[in-house]
Amino acid sequence: MSPFAAVLLRDMRLATRAGGSAALALGFFAAVATLVPLGVGADLKLLARVAAGVLWVAAVLAALLSLDRLFQSDFEDGSLDLIALSPLSLEAVAVAKIAAHWLTTGLPLTLLSPLLGLMFGLPAPAIAMLTLSLLIGTPSVSALGAIGAGLTLAIRRGGLILPLLVLPLLAPAVIFGAGAVQGVLDHLPSGALLLLAAFSIAATLLSPFAAAAAVRLNLAG
Amino acid sequence: MASLFTFANPKRFMDASAALLPWLAGATVLTLGTGLVLGFLAPPDYQQGDTVKLMFLHVPAAWTAMMGYGLLALASLFGLVWRHPLSDVAAKAAAPLGAVFTLLGLVTGSLWGKPMWGAWWVWDGRLTSFLLLLFLYLGYIALWNAFEDEVRAARAAAILALVGAVNLPIIEFSVDWWTTLHQGESIFRAGGPKIAGVFLWPLALMGLGYTLLFVTLWTIRIRTEILERRVRSLLLEGAA
Repeated sequence: MSPFAAVLLRDMRLATRAGGSAALALGFFAAVATLVPLGVGADLKLLARVAAGVLWVAAVLAALLSLDRLFQSDFEDGSLDLIALSPLSLEAVAVAKIAAHWLTTGLPLTLLSPLLGLMFGLPAPAIAMLTLSLLIGTPSVSALGAIGAGLTLAIRRGGLILPLLVLPLLAPAVIFGAGAVQGVLDHLPSGALLLLAAFSIAATLLSPFAAAAAVRLNLAG
Repeated sequence: MASLFTFANPKRFMDASAALLPWLAGATVLTLGTGLVLGFLAPPDYQQGDTVKLMFLHVPAAWTAMMGYGLLALASLFGLVWRHPLSDVAAKAAAPLGAVFTLLGLVTGSLWGKPMWGAWWVWDGRLTSFLLLLFLYLGYIALWNAFEDEVRAARAAAILALVGAVNLPIIEFSVDWWTTLHQGESIFRAGGPKIAGVFLWPLALMGLGYTLLFVTLWTIRIRTEILERRVRSLLLEGAA
């Protein structure tokens, strides 16, 4: 097995087995989505208007919750030092870990979203667009989140500072993701999905370098 | 570049900035004073009345806040690439200033928005992207404070500043695309400024004044930080 696949599979196993956070992120996502109608009322028309934004924000928050396992737990038990010593470059390690995080968080959230979209009263084309936008957009959440996770891995209670660092950077994903669904609801042509794809690709390509630099500086010395 | 690196030496920077600071402060007072008087004497706008004078406080604050992030990112880049301690100090010193100017831009904008748009706050593209800029500044400051080791803090914060600098135009563009009520660009546009001379001159002076104020305060903050570090190392020497 190649080192890359080893890191990827190890992270996925850690996330999905007992004590892992993949299921927890899904539960958090569903719980947040359940609280919103309790707060804004059960009017299905209103809920359909806000559904895309609410589900996108909930998905981003759920993905951020489990970012600490990206580097921090490996840093604490020392395995990150060993991974850094391996022939795999830290950039490649970051790619593997981002991929594992997305496969265990972003992808399950995406798969759950049609059900929640249905409960929020979204019409079928909008549900399809919501699912597609999450599928395209959530890799950027894992990728940009990895930068925050790398920067805060040595900070005690870094989980508190991480959202403040990462959330402003994720504004474009939420805007374009929810905007694409809004375009379908309003029957307007919208380039939001393409912009989301561009943002997601750029973020996923560039973030591993910044994340690896962040990990490196925390491991040095 | 040689001249830039000459002043990367803290000792030389201290000497040069000590000589320069009174001039900077004087120029700041002069331009801000003239700009304020000219701005106050400017005639009321035919649509906005006297509230147009808030422009002279609001627009330069927004410019300076953006410039502050640019300088922060530039100093971070120098700190990361050439490992100049002075660049780290400069980046650290710029962040709270930029945050304050961002806040100033938001507050004066809010005061202007109430009579013009009828609301203290609207979820407009410019306003929202400025709020996000404030969060970027706050995140930068929080990250710096979370580290105990100065060198590590500087490098982590520098990475964040550069990621933010890459993302800032995208955020700005996406939020503008999202929704906008704000006036479009009317100064730096192709075909020259689209604004009358009586308003343009005070605005230009205030812009220069705010910039000078930022540079003056920045220089003072850098000097203070250098002196603080000296005191700390002297205390450590005494304790050892």
